[in-house]
Amino acid sequence: MQENANKVLIQSGTAGFDEKNDILVTVAPGQAGQGITVKLVSPVKFQYGKQMEKVIRETVQGAGFSDVTVDAIDKSAWDYTIKARVLGALERGMKK
Amino acid sequence: MIDPKTKLRRTMMFVPGNNPKMINSADTYGADSLMFDIEDSIAVTEKDTARLLVAEALKSIKFKSETVVRINHPTQTPFGMDDLKVILPAKPDLIRLPKLECIEELNLVTAEIERVEKENGWEEGTIRIIAAIESVKGLYNVREMCKHPRMVAIALGAEDFIANIKTNRTKTGIELYFARSEILMAARDAEIQCLDTVFSDVKDMAGFEHEVSNSRDMGFDGKSVIHPKQITEVHRLYTPTDIQIKKALKVLDAYEDAQKNHKGVLAVDGKMIDGPIVVRAQRVVDQAIAAGVNVEEKREQA
Repeated sequence: MQENANKVLIQSGTAGFDEKNDILVTVAPGQAGQGITVKLVSPVKFQYGKQMEKVIRETVQGAGFSDVTVDAIDKSAWDYTIKARVLGALERGMKK
Repeated sequence: MIDPKTKLRRTMMFVPGNNPKMINSADTYGADSLMFDIEDSIAVTEKDTARLLVAEALKSIKFKSETVVRINHPTQTPFGMDDLKVILPAKPDLIRLPKLECIEELNLVTAEIERVEKENGWEEGTIRIIAAIESVKGLYNVREMCKHPRMVAIALGAEDFIANIKTNRTKTGIELYFARSEILMAARDAEIQCLDTVFSDVKDMAGFEHEVSNSRDMGFDGKSVIHPKQITEVHRLYTPTDIQIKKALKVLDAYEDAQKNHKGVLAVDGKMIDGPIVVRAQRVVDQAIAAGVNVEEKREQA
């Protein structure tokens, strides 16, 4: 995915699965200026929630989006999986 | 640096490229190579996310095993070239091309690899290719394709191949005998490695042992595997026995002695030793060393 700044999602996009070591990520276009909103459900949220949210935010920003709502249902995914699923959801959200 | 053309590849384990649980544990089983698959094991609707998952795994995890990514066919599917765009920047050791049929397909993929290597300032040849022959057309062109400079190994993909020749897979392997022989000869002529096809019945370990022993005796360098328990078995079968190692060491020591002392005819245990026997003995010792056998200890015991 091109890492241009100020990209805007065309529609919602979902990637990943509700399975062990995976994370089901849904992204949706946000209001202009709302920033990146993350709603995370995870069995390890107490221990790793901050780190997971950080990975999600950095991935969305790194892909060039600034106003996005992210819903993530985690089943103990590693960081690379979180990143890949966020990128996958964003990519799908850009398809016409 | 290990020569990619001679690196040990006794086992290449298939890992479905859209399954994080399997990717996370893949490196714990000791396969010589891990082949992350974004081709046949991935639904058409998940090709996009599988390639991203494999790419991010390669960037994030330092795998001990050699990393291979099986992409979709570059011209027969709409996914192959997009796979390369995402996978190549993650720098796998090898790209595995399925259903290779002609040199033009290899050239197309190589051009993309070269572009990414230059773009990233990587040395030319950083990413090599292993291809699978899965059709009669591919088999007829295998000699030319094996000689392509990017190629380090050729494999047989049996399921599509036997569908193409209109027969069934048997325990004897008679239906694959010609293809195995032809691919092996092409690999040896081009001085690249040759890997045998998967054995799908993971419960039939006796059948698996029979098939691996046969392909090993034909000359294959290794086997594609689909389950961790097949890895141990292949490695066992590809490790020379104590008797074979000690005999090979005797031959090599006698040969070295003959060279030093300008002896003409050479014999070990009453049998004449000539060039090809020395070459085979060296291969046995090389295989033993590669498998982690303490060869010097064996020499002392011989």
